[in-house]
Amino acid sequence: MREMIEIQNLVKEYKSKKATVLGVNNVSLTINKGEIFGIIGRSGAGKSSLLRCINLLEEPTSGHVFVDGVDLTTLKGEQLRQARLKIGMIFQHFHLIRAKTVYENIAFALKANHKSPQEIEVRVTELLDMVGLADKRDAYPAQLSGGQKQRVGIARALANDPHVLLCDEATSALDPETTQSILELLKKINRELQLTIVLITHEMEVVKDICDRMAVMQNGIIVEEGKVYDTFSDPKHPTTQSFMKSLFQFELPERMLKQCQGTIVKIHFVAPQAEEAVITEVLRTFDVKGNILHGKIEYIHDNPLGILILELIGDGAEVQRAIDYIAKRTHRVEVLHHV
Amino acid sequence: MFDFSSVIEILPDLNKSFFQTLYMVGISLAAAIVVGLPIGIVLFVTDRGLFLENVAVKNMLGFIVNMIRSIPFIILMVLLFPFTKMITGTTIGPTAASVSLSVAAIPFFARLVEQALREIDKGVIEAAVSIGATPWMIIKDVLLPEAKPGIIQGINITAISLVAYSAMAGIIGGGGIGDLAIRFGYNRYDDTIMFTTVVILICLVQLIQYGGDFIAKKVDKR
Repeated sequence: MREMIEIQNLVKEYKSKKATVLGVNNVSLTINKGEIFGIIGRSGAGKSSLLRCINLLEEPTSGHVFVDGVDLTTLKGEQLRQARLKIGMIFQHFHLIRAKTVYENIAFALKANHKSPQEIEVRVTELLDMVGLADKRDAYPAQLSGGQKQRVGIARALANDPHVLLCDEATSALDPETTQSILELLKKINRELQLTIVLITHEMEVVKDICDRMAVMQNGIIVEEGKVYDTFSDPKHPTTQSFMKSLFQFELPERMLKQCQGTIVKIHFVAPQAEEAVITEVLRTFDVKGNILHGKIEYIHDNPLGILILELIGDGAEVQRAIDYIAKRTHRVEVLHHV
Repeated sequence: MFDFSSVIEILPDLNKSFFQTLYMVGISLAAAIVVGLPIGIVLFVTDRGLFLENVAVKNMLGFIVNMIRSIPFIILMVLLFPFTKMITGTTIGPTAASVSLSVAAIPFFARLVEQALREIDKGVIEAAVSIGATPWMIIKDVLLPEAKPGIIQGINITAISLVAYSAMAGIIGGGGIGDLAIRFGYNRYDDTIMFTTVVILICLVQLIQYGGDFIAKKVDKR
């Protein structure tokens, strides 16, 4: 796989009178052509600074940013402008020109690329069809819903056939349903145009739904990086783990823990074992009773990832054998509570 | 007491003065727009963090603008006598008054334009930069359309201030309604003429305000 974006030792400092803050602290990252890469972090983690350094909206203090083989940090003025034509960007608050219609907003991007009015007409019509807004062509942004505004933003960002699309919290201002439809659209254009997408978000759901690989950022550093499924099934860094908790929220009430008679175990399933009938086998093989207290299965790129909290009731030794058996057949077992 | 016949008598003078006022306000407003608008734009786009950041230009232009604005108009007029004479060949009459009115109006309007541009969401400008738009495109297709309601309000305020300033020009023989008010009202203690000119000025200002608000609302797409 060819790399599309290569970030080398990127540092971004913010100087104020009182102190120098490191927004991005020596980050190196490679993003491949055609993948959807998610950067997740809490606010202030530096993810936005990192993203904005990719198209040099913010000038890195040091380090290099290669996009499609060109070191953007060496470009100035007209050359940088030309490079930016091939890097689309969408924003949390859309940033459309309010005094211009949907058509004119998209045409603006094509004008920047010196297209003729005829070419603009054809291309804008094409783009409006692609984002499903053909009927809103002459509407002003104020007349559109949040989701529709973001669709205009996407059409504008894609106008000049960019190699890369940067998404700056693109769904954070949208309701869950609209978020889903925008994510579907991003997935579609990623597939159809082989477009490399880099998105930053603080929502685990977004990463889970559309990203191939991900990085977790904190205090300006990437603390964890890898395939989304691997990171989700085996989060290593505490920050990643705490993000996972937002997805797998499993707190059993105190009362339950006090009342239960058996051993409570938390079982982590990953593909492909998650598809096997491990629990049924355990209950048949060993002389224990099972009681499901809690559970959830998420599908990441069609691969299941699940957590199940099970109460095992029976003779101590037999329960232990059952746990050992489960441990062998699943990803991980934690004993939460012993009788 | 209000003497209606003296108003009839003065009507030709009143008519002439009214058009002199419109003439002075018109010329200096045009100068303010033609010269002040670009200055206002330059003041904005050369500011820190913007796409044509240039501290030297920003500071120098800002200094000149502040300097002219800090001179009281009546003194500015006198100060500009040699300049006015150079351009128009005279220092009295509406055309001569238009010179100093223009000089006062240009920096005033430039600041109002800068203010209107500051109201624009920075994100929209940033989006245009990220698209790869040229500075000229950003000015023409983002800054001006987005700030249009604010700029129209600025023209409005400038026009109204110019009506007031043009009356001051009357003191040194600039012509116009202010000139009339001083000649009759101040020098001859003619309250009727004084009162009439004030009513005319009030009506003129109300009309400008109303018209400006109407247009500003019409172009506002927010």
